[in-house]
Amino acid sequence: MTEPSIPISPIFGRLTLAALPLHEPILVVTFIAVALGGAAVVGALTYFRLWGYLWREWFTSVDHKKIGIMYMVLGLVMLLRGFSDALMMRLQQAIAFGGSDGYLPAHHYDQVFTAHGVIMIFFVAMPFVTGLMNYVVPLQIGARDVSFPFLNNFSFWMTTAGAIIVMMSLFIGEFAQTGWLAFPPLSGLGASPYVGVDYYIWALQVAGVGTTLSGINLVCTIIKMRAPGMSLMKMPVFTWTSLCTNILIVASFPVLTAVLALLGLDRYVGTNFFTNDFGGNPMMYVNLIWIWGHPEVYILILPLFGVFSEVTATFSGKKLFGYTSMVYATVVITILSYLVWLHHFFTMGSGASVNSFFGITTMIISIPTGAKIFNWLFTMYRGRIRFELPMMWTVAFMLTFVIGGMTGVLLAVPPADFVLHNSLFLIAHFHNVIIGGVLFGLFAAIAYWWPKAFGFKLDPFWGHVSFWCWVVGFWFAFAPLYVLGLMGVTRRMRVFDDPSLQIWFVIAAFGAVLIACGIAAFLIQIAVSILRRDSLRDETGDPWGGRTLEWATSSPPPDYNFAFTPVIHDNDAWADMKKRGYERPLTGFRPIHMPANTGTGVILSGLSIGLAFGLIWYIWWLAGLSFLGILAVSIAHTFNYHRDFHIPADEVSRTEAERTARLAAGVPA
Amino acid sequence: MKRLRLALTAILLAPLAGCNMVVLNPSGDVAMQQRDLVLISTGLMLLVILPVMALTVLFAWRYRQSNTQATYDPDWDHSTKLELVIWAVPLLIIIALGAFTWMGTHLLDPYRPIGRVASGKPVAADHSPLEVDVVALDWKWLFILPEYGIATVNELAAPVDRPLRFRITSSSVMNSFYIPALAGQIYAMPGMETKLHAVINEPGDFVGFSAQYSGHGFSKMRFRFHGLDQAGFDQWVNEVKQADGMLDRATYLKLEQPSEGDPVRHFSGVDPELFDAVVNMCPEPGKMCMGEMMAIDAKGGLGLEGIRNTLPLTYDKYARRGSVLGPEPRMVAGICSRAEAIASADRKDPPLRDASTPLIGHGLPRPFADPPSTAMTLSSATPLDLDAL
Repeated sequence: MTEPSIPISPIFGRLTLAALPLHEPILVVTFIAVALGGAAVVGALTYFRLWGYLWREWFTSVDHKKIGIMYMVLGLVMLLRGFSDALMMRLQQAIAFGGSDGYLPAHHYDQVFTAHGVIMIFFVAMPFVTGLMNYVVPLQIGARDVSFPFLNNFSFWMTTAGAIIVMMSLFIGEFAQTGWLAFPPLSGLGASPYVGVDYYIWALQVAGVGTTLSGINLVCTIIKMRAPGMSLMKMPVFTWTSLCTNILIVASFPVLTAVLALLGLDRYVGTNFFTNDFGGNPMMYVNLIWIWGHPEVYILILPLFGVFSEVTATFSGKKLFGYTSMVYATVVITILSYLVWLHHFFTMGSGASVNSFFGITTMIISIPTGAKIFNWLFTMYRGRIRFELPMMWTVAFMLTFVIGGMTGVLLAVPPADFVLHNSLFLIAHFHNVIIGGVLFGLFAAIAYWWPKAFGFKLDPFWGHVSFWCWVVGFWFAFAPLYVLGLMGVTRRMRVFDDPSLQIWFVIAAFGAVLIACGIAAFLIQIAVSILRRDSLRDETGDPWGGRTLEWATSSPPPDYNFAFTPVIHDNDAWADMKKRGYERPLTGFRPIHMPANTGTGVILSGLSIGLAFGLIWYIWWLAGLSFLGILAVSIAHTFNYHRDFHIPADEVSRTEAERTARLAAGVPA
Repeated sequence: MKRLRLALTAILLAPLAGCNMVVLNPSGDVAMQQRDLVLISTGLMLLVILPVMALTVLFAWRYRQSNTQATYDPDWDHSTKLELVIWAVPLLIIIALGAFTWMGTHLLDPYRPIGRVASGKPVAADHSPLEVDVVALDWKWLFILPEYGIATVNELAAPVDRPLRFRITSSSVMNSFYIPALAGQIYAMPGMETKLHAVINEPGDFVGFSAQYSGHGFSKMRFRFHGLDQAGFDQWVNEVKQADGMLDRATYLKLEQPSEGDPVRHFSGVDPELFDAVVNMCPEPGKMCMGEMMAIDAKGGLGLEGIRNTLPLTYDKYARRGSVLGPEPRMVAGICSRAEAIASADRKDPPLRDASTPLIGHGLPRPFADPPSTAMTLSSATPLDLDAL
């Protein structure tokens, strides 16, 4: 009954016109909308002659600040895609009752929930977090850029290439229908013979190159490029959490790369790592992917813990309470995050002793996490709390995240996990920590550092609208999922037969609509802020009374960040400088050595897309040519001797003089 | 503790009186104990969560900028006593929770035969659990009751208060076997056997399903689980026996083809070796069982000749199996009939050839040098029943 191998054309591989989803009206309409939108953007860029500007100033830029902003833009664009998937799921689950099949067939629905998970983790949360670290860390440690500026640009473009590959699957072929971690045997060639899982593998492999390299880059930057005087225990907490996160990235992403490579070998050359027979073991895939997967959630949350530390201290007008225990808590979480992965599959029959070990190590993580929460609490204690947007997000985080933490520890109790594993309770739990922790933190961070990046604050009114829509919408969307989980409803269901469940799904869908309003309000907030930028302008470079070094320079910072490398005496470096009556140096500037822009990252990323596309569709000539192209461009890049330049001293003094003038104009007489 | 538990249940259930929270109100003793652990853990954690939430609101309000009455102490950033409390309180709670976890995990290990059918009712010493063999198929559930020689699809019944022993496997992809009213879930995985021990205490009509996404038909992969008194159960067994239809291997191979939303089916008879053949992934004619393969490998393998012992795959439930660059999909062929296998395993003196074979794996004992471990002998593995086919 084995069907003969599918025909593979030497030119088009297995790509045929049938791969275009012309029979799915939702996708056709989406495609038309995307095509029109894309054409409008391209048209506008051409009309306003912005291509050259974008290429010179942004795409080829090796400036960590611009790369950081591009990461954030990527995360925002992909958030819209990932959230559309979420809305589609909520709608399907709200109507597929009483014999109704809903509006999504299984083939489409299963892609939607897979894509939602993959996109939200890899192409929303990761770019946001990486972008944030990229922007802030060098400024916080008083560096001019990251250790390897070209590598930074290349990492960004590889992540973008991964995102493009995922987006391509929407209109050419299909995406995986396996759940976001693609467990075999379901993701094996037998159960998933078409291109979906191949898109998954190559999108993550390409993006994984970017993530790993960016991790290496930031570890080096933090270790080697701190300003004189900034010992490890004088680093700002955000830098500390970034260091731990990047160590986790460097240590865990190779595991993901390896496990996906093995799955790829199973699918392409017929090896038997994760097959049912011939000695394969699918459980090994589950084991390996969670060894990456659990540290991954700490990769996402740790930098945001850093953000909350910065924000709480700044807006309480106080030093952070318990800096030392905060640092140790971060390090303990980093180490423990490697000792808990098995709690994702207690129900695979590991035995009581193994399960208890991993259950208890998981609970132990809640001790340093709890210590962090208390530290923020006691930072607020005896402070003067200004409830600007970042602080509002922080308080919302503290009230939301503890619930998610509690349900997380509950799921770490193996017998409790046996009844709640894979249920909607679990879904509610991890959205509780990822939205309540990572996303709230990102919004706090964006509101906090936006004035640093662009020189004007974000509009508070639309910020408040967005805040309340998000927070209330979150609880409407996920509290019902906790209830449904306790009613024994499992995840990834497409249709239901128990009508008493429907009301909860309708409430959840309402919550999702509120969140949609929150996202819309956030976009409006950005647009309104740009339009009103003159009235929101900040000339001081320190609009919040900040405590760390990034507030010492102008907003936006000059290309070189700091005209002179500052010397650090305290872990709240800028607060310390302000207290001691720091005077900006106005003379004696010297030429500044800077890295030069290069287009190599963009080209390599484009070739990687070609390679992935060729491999996905079995278009061997394309894969081969792209691979040779990657080799050739990489080698050619090593012969590029125009890697750096000097900003002349008089340009530096001109820039600094302008700032002096702005500062003088901004200070009320 | 009991009071706390009751109070917590009341708090959690009050606003939700209208819906059936089966996880918090199950009908089987194992699920009931798991429910208790859920409530105890939640209660323990609320001891620290609630004060933290209250303090957050209190501090946020009290130390707001406009309240100039509140103390402002911008340089206060350390207090050893406070830090000790900060670390100690969660630690104490986790120690308590860890103790509950250790005990609960061992007591409620699904592989461990249950010691009681309900609180205060230990199982009788001479009881025999009802054995249920479960196969997760694409996308339906097959249940075999070896004691009665019957099999059903998408329906299962059990007598109340009789311990149940499930052996669970899957035919192609991973699933998770879960009856929320009865006990927590356990994965069903191809080529592997998992176990679950449980008991149902109340008669009733419950649902069971797969809790692990397994493909397009996953949403409809649900079955009814009936808790019945002994008379009702006997009647149900009789009903199943009335059905005509024998679940032999040919029928099974048809049944395991992917299908969605299957109706309940009854089989009055079942091939007694079928479940073991499914676990060993050899219900197909002429395929070598994994148990047999492992036994052969444990004794040094078939050597170079062994790699030729394959046949082209003539039957496969998958649409396509061969990878684009790999070899043709094949399967390992069985090498002896069931009768031959049994005869050879029973022989007391192994031929000289076996004892002197150089083909041994690194670190493995020489064949027959030591008493062979029982798991690896032919008689404990399930040989292929070629004669029956």
